[in-house]
Amino acid sequence: MQAENHGKPMTYITSNPRTTNLASTLKIVRTVLVYLALVAAALFAVFPFLWMLSTSFKTASEVTTTSPTLFPANPTLANYAAIADAFPVWRILFNSVLVAVITTLAQLLFSAMAAFAFARIPFRGSGLLFVIYLATLMIPSQVTITPLFILMTGLGWVNTYQGLILPGAFSAFGVFLLRQSFLSFPKEYEEAANLDGASYWTVFLRLVLPLSGPSLATLTVLSFMSAWNSFLWPLFVTRDAEIMTLPVALATLQGRWTTQWNLVMAGAVLAVLPIITLYLCAQRYFVQGLTSGGLKG
Amino acid sequence: MAVVSKKVGEKNWVRRLWITFFLGPHLIGMLVFLVIPILASFVLSFAEWDLLTPARWLGLDNYAALLGSADFWDALKHTFYFIFGYLPLVLVLGLGLALLMNKNLRVRLVFRVAFFLPVVSAWVAVALLWKWLLNPRYGLVNWLLGLVGIEGPGWIFDPNWAMPSIILASVWKDLGFVMMILLAGLQGIAPDYYEAASLDGAAGFRMLRSITIPLLSPTIFFVVVISLVNSFQVFDQVYVMTAGGPAGSTQVLVGEIVNNAFRYSRFGYASAMSWVLFALIFIVTLVQLWLQKRMVHYQ
Repeated sequence: MQAENHGKPMTYITSNPRTTNLASTLKIVRTVLVYLALVAAALFAVFPFLWMLSTSFKTASEVTTTSPTLFPANPTLANYAAIADAFPVWRILFNSVLVAVITTLAQLLFSAMAAFAFARIPFRGSGLLFVIYLATLMIPSQVTITPLFILMTGLGWVNTYQGLILPGAFSAFGVFLLRQSFLSFPKEYEEAANLDGASYWTVFLRLVLPLSGPSLATLTVLSFMSAWNSFLWPLFVTRDAEIMTLPVALATLQGRWTTQWNLVMAGAVLAVLPIITLYLCAQRYFVQGLTSGGLKG
Repeated sequence: MAVVSKKVGEKNWVRRLWITFFLGPHLIGMLVFLVIPILASFVLSFAEWDLLTPARWLGLDNYAALLGSADFWDALKHTFYFIFGYLPLVLVLGLGLALLMNKNLRVRLVFRVAFFLPVVSAWVAVALLWKWLLNPRYGLVNWLLGLVGIEGPGWIFDPNWAMPSIILASVWKDLGFVMMILLAGLQGIAPDYYEAASLDGAAGFRMLRSITIPLLSPTIFFVVVISLVNSFQVFDQVYVMTAGGPAGSTQVLVGEIVNNAFRYSRFGYASAMSWVLFALIFIVTLVQLWLQKRMVHYQ
């Protein structure tokens, strides 16, 4: 990020002390207004989450009242206990982690290897193949969902981890993103390594990967988040709670306790807590990954 | 294309082996889980198959049936309703926020963390949260409206208010993302432009209209393109909040595809509809690229 302050008022070309005073008062007023607007917007973004949290600790009678309270009068963990009774919560959390981690690792490893081949090993048809890769980015995922489901049915992979994970483990986006970055550093490094007799694998592992930190971080964040939050595919390919991910379980939970908002909100808290914690710990990478990934994609 | 030289003294079969090793795994994955399903979906869109009885070739019948189906046109209408409500709102609010964030703030990071919370959360959780906030009887929103003497609507239970409810939740979730991308664009504008303009006596709204917006236009266009592509595929929030209801008033294109494929097992018809969706996205993207050439200013 460069030059951060060009929104600031420009230098006033005046020597009159009264106008300068007026100008600085105006500046203070303006700053206060900016802060007020931002605080209001931040409240709009954050308060619903606090409401979710507060509701999850309320009793049924406190939720169904026409004069809502911010803090639960009799805070209770009963909602969370009820969910733990009805759902294998730890198993579902484990499923979500497993799906997100394996998807991310597969995306990173296979995309990086393919991107390396496209960027660093010349072969006939490389250009054409890459264009085909790019073309697949245009196709919305709804196009493939029907044949994929038929394929999974045929393979007997409905309601299995491989059926849940594999369709999300390969995309042209990762290859596109990493190829850009692999092309950006000087060839001379590699030529020096080649002269030393290093194999492609050594160059890939020791030279190319360490130099691509930021791009790999971007891909990690994007893959992890989209796998973690993914809904449509897991909804159709999972049947039992033993294999469900958090979003699917949450949708099921809503179907079961339609009007018991204290229970539903407890489920929602369980679903967003892990990713929000992760985000707060690594927020720089999340913001960079999401914006630059968006910008490059 | 990359200018990559062959290694000195490298045997051809060795290189081929390396290419297979590096590209092979990804290529197989792409073929099995992406390319073949895409082709299969295209073929399937000309056939009828419910997985139980043998597939039957229909030619263009699926597409003809689709164009004659009131459900399809309704879904298309609702998708456009969503887009025309969501897109301007998220853009204007996102730009406003980005302009505020572009001031020289000491606590920008705190605000950024706050605005990004909805972005990282799963849609299912966000949709349920808004369903609760917008609950006509016990929800926070109607209670707040009651405080200022307004009797709030039935939101997702009222056919007239169901789509606005979905739009509201969607704007809330995506605002931080749109803001961050526009902010990155704003920070890329060289300060010289503002200095020159302020010497010419420009300020406030004038500055925004004649300097900021034109110079930000590449970024704005970019945001419009991705938001639009995503809006055409709107589904998660609709499925959780209204499931297309009440009285079908929020059934969108992807909802129709999903219903036909997984509820009625009309796999061919659902595939045909997904290709119509693709064609729509493709055409809109082309139109935008064409517009971009004519309207966007580069520094």
